[in-house]
Amino acid sequence: MTGLDRAVRRIGFTGVSLAILALGIAAAAVGDFAVTASHPGPELLRMLHGLLTPDLRAVNLWALVDTLAFAVLGVGLGCASGFVLALGFPHLAAIRALCAGLRSVHELFWALLLMQVLGLGPATGVLAIALPYAGIFAKVFAEMIEEADRPALRVLPPGTGAVSAFFYAGLPDLIDQFGHYTLYRLECGLRSTLVLGFIGLPTVGFELDAAFKAGAFPQAAALLFSFYALVASRHVWARPWTVPFLVVGAALVLPAGLPGGDAWQNLVRFATRDVVPAPLRGADLLSGAPWAAAFGWLGDILRHQVLPGALATLVLSQVALCTMAALALALFPLVSRRFAGPVGRPLGRALLVVVRSTPDYLLAYVLLQALGPSMLPAVIALALHNGAVLAYLLGRQADALAYRADAPRGANLYFYETLPRLYGQFLAYALYRWDVILRESAIFGILGVATLGFYVDGAIAELRLDVAAVLVLATAALSLGVDALSRALRRALRVEPGARRRGGATSPPHLELASGRQGMTYDGT
Amino acid sequence: MRTVAAVLLAGTMLAGVALPGARAADAAPGPTLVFTAIPDGDETRLVERFGKVAAYLQARLGVPVRYVPVKSYPAAVTSFVNGGVQLAWFGGVTGVQARAKVPGSRAIAQGAEDTAFRSLMIANRGTGLEPAPDLQPAIAGRTFTFGARTSTSGRVMPEYELRKAFGGRAPEQVFARVGFSGDHSRTIQLVQSGAYDLGVVDPSVWDLDRKAGRVDPSKVSVIWRSPPFPDYQWTMRGDVDATFGPGFTRKVADTLVGIDDPAILAPFGRSRFVPADNAEYAPVEVVAKAAGLLD
Repeated sequence: MTGLDRAVRRIGFTGVSLAILALGIAAAAVGDFAVTASHPGPELLRMLHGLLTPDLRAVNLWALVDTLAFAVLGVGLGCASGFVLALGFPHLAAIRALCAGLRSVHELFWALLLMQVLGLGPATGVLAIALPYAGIFAKVFAEMIEEADRPALRVLPPGTGAVSAFFYAGLPDLIDQFGHYTLYRLECGLRSTLVLGFIGLPTVGFELDAAFKAGAFPQAAALLFSFYALVASRHVWARPWTVPFLVVGAALVLPAGLPGGDAWQNLVRFATRDVVPAPLRGADLLSGAPWAAAFGWLGDILRHQVLPGALATLVLSQVALCTMAALALALFPLVSRRFAGPVGRPLGRALLVVVRSTPDYLLAYVLLQALGPSMLPAVIALALHNGAVLAYLLGRQADALAYRADAPRGANLYFYETLPRLYGQFLAYALYRWDVILRESAIFGILGVATLGFYVDGAIAELRLDVAAVLVLATAALSLGVDALSRALRRALRVEPGARRRGGATSPPHLELASGRQGMTYDGT
Repeated sequence: MRTVAAVLLAGTMLAGVALPGARAADAAPGPTLVFTAIPDGDETRLVERFGKVAAYLQARLGVPVRYVPVKSYPAAVTSFVNGGVQLAWFGGVTGVQARAKVPGSRAIAQGAEDTAFRSLMIANRGTGLEPAPDLQPAIAGRTFTFGARTSTSGRVMPEYELRKAFGGRAPEQVFARVGFSGDHSRTIQLVQSGAYDLGVVDPSVWDLDRKAGRVDPSKVSVIWRSPPFPDYQWTMRGDVDATFGPGFTRKVADTLVGIDDPAILAPFGRSRFVPADNAEYAPVEVVAKAAGLLD
């Protein structure tokens, strides 16, 4: 037991919650959360009006097909390579490190880097999703394999090879879980693909960006609705037997896009010149001077870009984490049978599903336009999207609780029974979202909030890919740090799966989302 | 449910078979001249404008010509550096950036207006600021937006003038808030809506947006014009003649300069194109270097 474990256990759920909240309040005090637009009202009204009067002629079927194709190929490739990596995951620290590195870089950063080598071709879009997703798939599949109770393995004859055992006795028990998780990831992949459109890939996001920029809100609304329809119908088109058709179809339809030039030549230039720190380029590496210059160069970046960017990223993510948590606690009764009733619950679910399907990047982009530049739009976007995900999970957990026949109702039930019983899971889920929120916070810099992404965007505009690489690495390190802290806290609080549980059975949210019992379904099962 | 799935699937398969054919149709045999442009304003207008240029060039040059839209200034430069496009409509700064990265590339034509371009500072009427020949001290402390980070008239040149007028202070020290809108049309919209008090824009985009009825003169107005500088130009990669035959670059330059159709020129906000060369952009290069945008 480490010192952290002991300290965390002494202060308990209350202490950890209060500490996170205190940090959130401190962050809110130093951060910039002003509404800077002088007249946000009319702009918001115009957006709302557009939302209510969608112009369906704006829907471009090509963009929808491309969105689907990018998501299917990106998630498919990520899933396949993640599966292979998962097999070595428990055995090789190098694989675990590789996967952690892959998933600590946001798909938008991957895309910006890949564009330097592959141009705006289809490979950029597919790999930008496949690379981080491979890291995520590997970790999750490995967790599933480790946690699985595999009765078939125990009846195998002695001497059965490990490979045969896995494929004949292990995998069949897991394949359903893998499938459900992959389907859940496909939904994430669709959202990621949409966002990639904002930087130039030919998805629905490309047209959404154009419509929003032009203030054509009815067109934007129609595009957004077409995207919701694509996400909501995925249980119809994403079935085990449609997979081969989807993959082949996707590979065939992906547009040639912008021919990337000679990819090999670009890769060589990128690796041997562009990302080499400027003071070392073409310098005599045996003498000390270039190295001294490189240290100065690195120090400058750390002081003037990484430090302020990381602080802003942490401030934003802390406020967003607390807001998300509060929102989730307030919203989960909407999707819980006992609180919302048989009529309210489906409506609550529909609301949360729509909010969840809206990428937070898009929300932030839109709100920034209406409210003006500060951290406020980003916090609202992060809190809404992640809060909806969290509320959805908590609502399901609330329905799974067994209540006494004479249980109280309304506020008494909420505060004296449901919330105390769910609190452990709530904390676990919130901590799980922490590094997701951090990565998104970094990305929002591209929209103009001065988080790490702001500096990455600047470095790329100046074609200083060496600086961009340092900044992306710094973002990855920050994300890994928060991930490690979150894991340590969950372990210390014993809300981690596998640990002795205090608040009832808790699986990680991704396993919960992936479990086939219920649903991330839209058809009300 | 299964019926719906079957229909969808059939659709997917059909699409899989039919679409590549449909998409391949515009790819004629032989090398295609691909060009892009910095996305400096309203995208619908860019598609219209460059669609016409592509059709015109294709008819005159006798090779397939294709315009590829991108979402940001650096994406246009990167496409050019990577060899994905051979020709690009760059701003002053992006052109200098691109030519520094691609040895042998050349500025071949520019708009007649681009030899002495100016940026405009615009203000929300709510600020009460009036037009003035010089940068007035009253703009300090306001919120302010540039266009793209590497925009010549939307950032680099006005920032140079601002620093000169405010004793070398950076824009972040002069204004309460400094943003990068991404393009000139956005800047106009943001200042008009009051999201920012002030902004700097390209006069050609300002005029085009005004003609398109997207500028409300009761909400936003011009308060300053910068001194002149060279701006937009067509830049061609140096390896184009090797692909399309000797003299091709010359031919493209002549074709561009020969455009006299108002239907093509009007959406550009240019009266005609004139020959250009790399040396003309030296002043922009000096300023961009001083601003730390170029090494």
